[in-house]
Amino acid sequence: MATEADSTDEIDWRSEASSVEMSRRERLREFGRRWIYEPAVIAWADMRTRIGLLILSVYGLMAMVEVFGLWRNPSTNQADPLLKPFETMQFPLGTTQSGVDLLALIIDSTPFILLMVLAGGVWATGIAVLVGTVSGYKGGTVDNIITSISDFFMAIPGLPLVIVLAITFKPENPIFLGVILTINYWAGLGRSIRSQVLSIRESSYIEAARTMGTSTPRILLKDVLPNLMPYVMVNFVLAARYTIFASVGLYFLGVLPYTGQNWGVTLNYAYERGGLLTMEAFHWLLVPIVAIVGLTFGLILVSQGLDRVFNPQVRTRLTGESESIEEESDTTTSGLM
Amino acid sequence: MNYYLRRTLRIPLTVFAVATLSFGLIRLLPGGPFTQLRVQLLRQGVPAEQVDARIQALQNIRPEAPLWQQYLDYLVGVVQLDLGESISYGAPVLEIIARALPWTVLLVVVSTVLMFVIGVLIGAVQAYWEGSIFDTVFSGSSIFLMAVPYYIFAVIFLFFLGYQFQLFPTGNAVARTVEAGFTLEYFTSVLHHAALPIIAFTIGGIGSTALNMRSNSIQVLGKEYVEVARLRGLSDGRIATRYVAQNAILPMYTGLLLLIGFRLGGTVVLEEIFSYPGLGYYLIEAVNANDYPLMMGCFLVITVTLVVAVCVADLTYGLIDPRISAGDTDGY
Repeated sequence: MATEADSTDEIDWRSEASSVEMSRRERLREFGRRWIYEPAVIAWADMRTRIGLLILSVYGLMAMVEVFGLWRNPSTNQADPLLKPFETMQFPLGTTQSGVDLLALIIDSTPFILLMVLAGGVWATGIAVLVGTVSGYKGGTVDNIITSISDFFMAIPGLPLVIVLAITFKPENPIFLGVILTINYWAGLGRSIRSQVLSIRESSYIEAARTMGTSTPRILLKDVLPNLMPYVMVNFVLAARYTIFASVGLYFLGVLPYTGQNWGVTLNYAYERGGLLTMEAFHWLLVPIVAIVGLTFGLILVSQGLDRVFNPQVRTRLTGESESIEEESDTTTSGLM
Repeated sequence: MNYYLRRTLRIPLTVFAVATLSFGLIRLLPGGPFTQLRVQLLRQGVPAEQVDARIQALQNIRPEAPLWQQYLDYLVGVVQLDLGESISYGAPVLEIIARALPWTVLLVVVSTVLMFVIGVLIGAVQAYWEGSIFDTVFSGSSIFLMAVPYYIFAVIFLFFLGYQFQLFPTGNAVARTVEAGFTLEYFTSVLHHAALPIIAFTIGGIGSTALNMRSNSIQVLGKEYVEVARLRGLSDGRIATRYVAQNAILPMYTGLLLLIGFRLGGTVVLEEIFSYPGLGYYLIEAVNANDYPLMMGCFLVITVTLVVAVCVADLTYGLIDPRISAGDTDGY
């Protein structure tokens, strides 16, 4: 981040001889070029990112439609029961056994699902980064304590724990639900981040920063964390994926409290009321499945594409992008692998 | 030896901590610790004066005792392998679990091994022929596979192969007519019943394993020591196995530990869909029936299984990565 601190770093490094001091605006522009524009160009050049972003924007659009109430709300008997998809354009995805518009059902729960996924991803990766960097960098007693705690959480199987917690707390708020679902997901991730920090902290520039007496939080924030970003981004997506899978699975089992219909609940109804036995109702089962798979597919595509932005080794082997970009980001990620 | 000993000693410690957690959760359950149980027993027609005694028998906890006493009772019960009595099945929890555990282990072990082997092979071939049509097709399908939850495969398999074409059974672990024993008939029946759950559970994991293996191998292939090995004129087979495969699989093996955990939890959904009588199936049955002793028992046993599995994987890690077996535990 281009703050006052950046400039002092630069002056130290170039010593007083440098009269060319960058203005705030120049620094801002430089920051934008290096951290936003260039990655965006590389990411967009990748087919996967483009398709992924396209898919995700469809979900964003659906959430918007719901928030602004642009599509009818789902209710029973709003159409003939078990209409096939695309049979009438009025109900493009068909209807359920009780005549509920399936498209309305899917749109209706999109904001809920997106919030939950975001909460789960942020919670899991946030705690993992905090725990992993501190324990890996600090070492010693702090490390021992943190490692033992996360070992304990790793030893508890996720879904059964979530099931027990779900009946205890009956989470209905999407954000709370997201956190509950990934309640111990951070442990394993924190462990692997720790091992990466262990190797990063040995690198010479970290040592230099330490010798100069830079404070620990500053080193972690400015020197260690940027190196971890690619890994964190990818794992954010994996955590989000886990949140979707777990929530839908548990709604499907009927363990989580039903707060209206959502993709998992719809799947469950379709499954239990005949969707499994006849071809007639198969689309009822298929629509929520497509909604779920589409969202995770979009997320994974974006993360795969971003991998190229952050991981120059993969990038060059695959295509050989422009040299200048590659060299610049090389310095930031080489400590990783 | 020191490392192995210390690692093994951590098992009882973890189990103790999890037992404490599961006790805490029982106490946390809504409507006070035993209110629900009491209401349920009364509804079942148990005389009011016997209810406390029944609860004690069911749960191993004296409801009127102070908290620390209840906690001690519970721990002593766990140590004596007495997990109380199931309300809905009217049998000791441990008996039910002992019947269920092998099936869950069968599913998890077979599907995890299959997933790992198939994923590694596909990923390795992809990396070797990077950029080929094979690579592109499989990368695409791997990404897609990662996006599909395993229970979706389960539901779709069940729909087509189970109900529509009736090729596979839709419930139970063996046919009711078959006697248990070392007979061919019994084994085929077991395989026939386990096939769909295992396939569904395996397919879901292949994608990410292959992608992992692919990117690891590509990185290893670019390393100098592979180049040096080539220059030394070592055979392709030796380079592929000793140099590339070993170094590419290593980072994945650590991930396997975590994977076992997630997969063990994942059987809950899987077993419920296939009505496969493993631990996860009974956990859900217990949840639906408000059968707290059975629920907590399943939770505890799933956790212990996981702790042991992770420990085994941890200990065998030394066989794969010689750096660990030197006894230097923390690796830095």
